[in-house]
Amino acid sequence: MKGNEVIAEAAIRCGCDGYFGYPITPQSEVMETLMLRKPWEETGMVVLQAESEVAAINMVYGAATCGKKVMTSSSSPGVSLKQEGITYLAGAELPCLVVDVVRGGPGLGTIQPAQSDYFQATKGGGHGDYHLIVLAPASVQEMNDFVDLGFELAFKYRNPAMILSDGVIGQMMEKVELSPFKPRWTDEEIEKISGSWALRGKKNREHHIVTSLELDPYGQEKFNRKLQAKYREIEAKEVRYEEIACEDADYLLIAYGSSARICQKTVDLAREQGIKVGIFRPITLYPFPMEALAKWAGRVKGMLSVEMSAGQMVYDVRLAVNGKVKVEHYGRLGGVIHAPEEVLEGFKSAFGL
Amino acid sequence: MSNIQDITKPEHLVYRKTPLLTDNVMHYCPGCTHGVIHKLVGEVIEELDIQDKTIGVSPVGCSVLAYNYLDIDWAQAAHGRAPAVATGISRLHPEKYVFTYQGDGDLASIGCAEIMHACSRGENIVVIFINNAIYGMTGGQMAPTTLLGQVTATTPYGRDPKLNGFPMKITELLAQLDGTCYVTRQSADTPGAVRKAKNAIKKAFQNTRLQKGTSFIEIVGTCNSGWKMTPVDSNTWMRENMFPKYPLGDIKDI
Repeated sequence: MKGNEVIAEAAIRCGCDGYFGYPITPQSEVMETLMLRKPWEETGMVVLQAESEVAAINMVYGAATCGKKVMTSSSSPGVSLKQEGITYLAGAELPCLVVDVVRGGPGLGTIQPAQSDYFQATKGGGHGDYHLIVLAPASVQEMNDFVDLGFELAFKYRNPAMILSDGVIGQMMEKVELSPFKPRWTDEEIEKISGSWALRGKKNREHHIVTSLELDPYGQEKFNRKLQAKYREIEAKEVRYEEIACEDADYLLIAYGSSARICQKTVDLAREQGIKVGIFRPITLYPFPMEALAKWAGRVKGMLSVEMSAGQMVYDVRLAVNGKVKVEHYGRLGGVIHAPEEVLEGFKSAFGL
Repeated sequence: MSNIQDITKPEHLVYRKTPLLTDNVMHYCPGCTHGVIHKLVGEVIEELDIQDKTIGVSPVGCSVLAYNYLDIDWAQAAHGRAPAVATGISRLHPEKYVFTYQGDGDLASIGCAEIMHACSRGENIVVIFINNAIYGMTGGQMAPTTLLGQVTATTPYGRDPKLNGFPMKITELLAQLDGTCYVTRQSADTPGAVRKAKNAIKKAFQNTRLQKGTSFIEIVGTCNSGWKMTPVDSNTWMRENMFPKYPLGDIKDI
């Protein structure tokens, strides 16, 4: 199945209550698949094509206030439009899932795959001090797995979660083991999980207000401190990463998503030439695996951040190792996918090999 | 029967505040119509006995804090996005009464796309649109509904169509859309007008019960602070200038 189709199927299977979207290449198959599947007949899941990405994310905001599992998907220019809604979701502490199938920018850019929205995804993206929980799938299988995981984390922390994919993973066809069907939450389950804040109609309790407004700056500072405490907890508990061929490595390629797949071939090519290279793959881009990466700082001679961008994650890699090891960047730009051989050449040239 | 115990007997009660209105002190300026309209919404929710089934969506603008005044569940929406937020709530809570409460800048300017498409889809919601021809919260700037010649903070020499364009009759536009079932324009400047406005609000909520689509109620109101007039002069100015441009009455009722 295609990565995008799997997002749709995984949403239905994990008991998602609502999807709101707007067509944009290269992720339109998500909504197309949902419309074809008619989940409203099968599970009761709502699927709605909105008039814009702005409307779609605000429909998600409204739907999320109900304490239900709701999501949207888009690609880079569309995700830029969604940033207003995303910061409101973060500010109102609403759980939801946003899928970003990244394409090359800036502006209208290109419809080809890129990884140039790392900053936008991991550093907030809209206004204010907030983070999304960002999961980076490197396979169609992970497109499936991260839908459920994204919802789990979003509800655990009452925070929007994002799957940061790209045009390669979205359009790529691979074998996938789909998750078993889970029913949508019942009213009783929603009451148990989100009953303390969700908008379900005031009865025998105080009225619930979902808002991100606090006119008193001291009150807003207090709320921001609470948000920051939540992010520290996420950073402590939710870091995910994968180490490939790292045990004997002299050098590490740091790569996520489709670049991590490309780097697997690069590692083979390098090892054929007697250069011991491994891959450190962050799976959560926020929280970034700072400590796990820092442990390698004294053990390898160099790290190369491989991203289809001008170098964005490389800043987090440098923060993680704090100057203890040389960190360089390699990446093709604007929708060009780097070949394993190109990465190897970039790697050798970065470290004078 | 002149002592206080006699006078306050339940059978002598002639008026009480609807319990749907909270006791929070309203932030609205003296003379503002929001308070009256909030009360009407509260009375309708009480009379229809739907407090436990009603969810309000407040806008950005003067009525952003409406959630502090009506004792129901509320979502606060981004500027202009209340109809999209209400769509999300209503689609996932089809049995609930979902309404937005929006001003003219929120609904007719920045939220033009969202209200158009919510009405076009015929979302089963109520929209209460307060048109006072000005941005109140931000200090009295020109709104899409500001009249020609009207002085605001951003039209200090009066609204000039060459410079600022024309006032927008969005309610008439929305009446053209197949998804709206009830479109009306009301005011709240006299006891009679208040009763009519309340009936319109009640009808709109009943339409939600009947799953008829989008009910849209414009209420032409005043902003004496923004207009820089006394409340009494504001009402006079509204009747002389706003009503000819924005005539009261039902525009669509199917």
